[in-house]
Amino acid sequence: MDFLKQNSIFALVAQRLSFGLLTLFIISLLIFIGVEALPGDFAEAILGQSATAETVEAFRQELNLDQPPVQRYFSWLGGFVQGDLGTSLANGRPIADLLGWRFKNTIFLASIAALIAVPLAVIMGIAAALYRNTFFDKVLSMTSLSMISFPEFFMAYILIALFSVKLAWFPSIANINEQMSFAAKLNAVVLPALTLTLVVMAHMMRQTRAAIINILSSPFIEMANLKGLNRLRVVVLHAFPNALSPVINVIALNLAYLVVGVVIVEVVFVYPGLGQLLVDSVSKRDIPVVQASGLIFAATYILLNLIADILSIISNPRLRNPR
Amino acid sequence: MITLLSHLRTAPLSAKIGMGMVLITLIAAIFAPLIAPFGETEIAGDVWLFSSSTHFLGTDSLGRDMFSRLVYGARNTIAIAFLITFLSFVFGVTLGFVAATIGGWVDQLLSRMIDILMAFPTLIFALMVLSVVGTSIPALIIVIALLDSTRVFRLSRAVAMDIEVMEYVEAARLRGEKLWWIMRHEILPNAMPPLVAEFGLRFCFVFLFIAALSFLGLGIQPPAADWGGMVRENAGAITFGIFTPLWPAAAIAFLTVGVNLIVDWALHVASGLKD
Repeated sequence: MDFLKQNSIFALVAQRLSFGLLTLFIISLLIFIGVEALPGDFAEAILGQSATAETVEAFRQELNLDQPPVQRYFSWLGGFVQGDLGTSLANGRPIADLLGWRFKNTIFLASIAALIAVPLAVIMGIAAALYRNTFFDKVLSMTSLSMISFPEFFMAYILIALFSVKLAWFPSIANINEQMSFAAKLNAVVLPALTLTLVVMAHMMRQTRAAIINILSSPFIEMANLKGLNRLRVVVLHAFPNALSPVINVIALNLAYLVVGVVIVEVVFVYPGLGQLLVDSVSKRDIPVVQASGLIFAATYILLNLIADILSIISNPRLRNPR
Repeated sequence: MITLLSHLRTAPLSAKIGMGMVLITLIAAIFAPLIAPFGETEIAGDVWLFSSSTHFLGTDSLGRDMFSRLVYGARNTIAIAFLITFLSFVFGVTLGFVAATIGGWVDQLLSRMIDILMAFPTLIFALMVLSVVGTSIPALIIVIALLDSTRVFRLSRAVAMDIEVMEYVEAARLRGEKLWWIMRHEILPNAMPPLVAEFGLRFCFVFLFIAALSFLGLGIQPPAADWGGMVRENAGAITFGIFTPLWPAAAIAFLTVGVNLIVDWALHVASGLKD
């Protein structure tokens, strides 16, 4: 019996995994077709009206546009898997070089934000649920509702105005490079990390609160209360283990959101990350770079969502026993 | 109408504040030419003036009156966001209802397609699509409406699923009513409360989304006044201690907080009605 149960979890996880891979495959196809569907010739569109027939032809060859689409798709995808992302149209450099350290920077910023946001949000969410409908809860709920309604850049500029212009504690431009020490890097990313933290924390806190309240209203908690157990014991030993699954899910989903939310924050703080590169390349219409960074963002996002899915299957007894 | 008004009177304070905030923004948007002291793109003074009696909120990076641009910006941004949300509901609700009422392979196909689209971060998707089709207003509207309709689809499908098993839908089916009639006359009226609340939420999301795109320079293009774009144009001022870019950003926050306060209450009412 136990073995069968284990097996069905594996089946579920395998199912999610294959769905994730399939999604990624279809996304890559969409990204590729999107460029294909460009009205007129891609080479002409980039080079403009004034280009001679010879330059257009040379450009087409350089981009392998003279080969059939199916062949090009697979050579693009094949190259991608092996780490060869092609070359940028704007400056002719290999895209892998451009993306590598920027992706590291983005992950660095996102993980610092996550390290601050996750514990704070979970603790505050639990506290808000425990003392719900008190003054504390209402203030927290109003604040988090406003945070969700604020655009990221509003938060960012308020922080800049306060900590960078008025108090001059932190730089308003988060320029980092590889020579900088870890502490210097940390100092540079304080404000962007704080912005991200505030944005993502509000979501996480509200969802954690909702998840805990949901658990607290279930019969077994009422039973524990009726038995006269003290409040702390009920929350820590009875409610929390059951709330773990939704809370883990909330965290993972918000981390996925964080990776995307980073785009705007990077632009505000001129932080050399993947998001900034993506936005720059979109306005320059540097399509190969857009494709590559878009696919990396998508893969990260899908991966984090997949982890959320799998963790919630593993930690939820009801999902462990599918119908 | 009378029930709606009495409903409004029972609204909690927070929802009333929200309505006030939305109303102020709407009045600014509708009567923009009457309220704004200067034209939308009129150069009215020096660059980045502080607020004064002639320039209520100072001037922007090109010397245009900030208050006037804020008022006109309300018009452009809200109109486009509303149009997108409306379109997204037309797509999403229609497809969601179709999936729920027909069921079977149609439902499977639609749901799986939407699953895949939703597995992709919206902002990244929009950026990629816009890099290919270019940033014209029609392209912006259709791309965001389509991306956003995936969320509407999920909700309207789930709501319609619950309604679809009711006796009155069964009765309508046995009467021989057509699919479209059932969707229009049986399912839609009963699905209204959650859909209305969702409309507010989606509007906020779309509004913030356009603001973000304009802020990135890929949304509504200058010289048209648009709140996100205005933040971008004036962003450089902040490091000199001039807080001009905070005004349009605050305006965005003002409207979304207002809508969210109403939505919070609407969601409460909608869930109460279901019980």
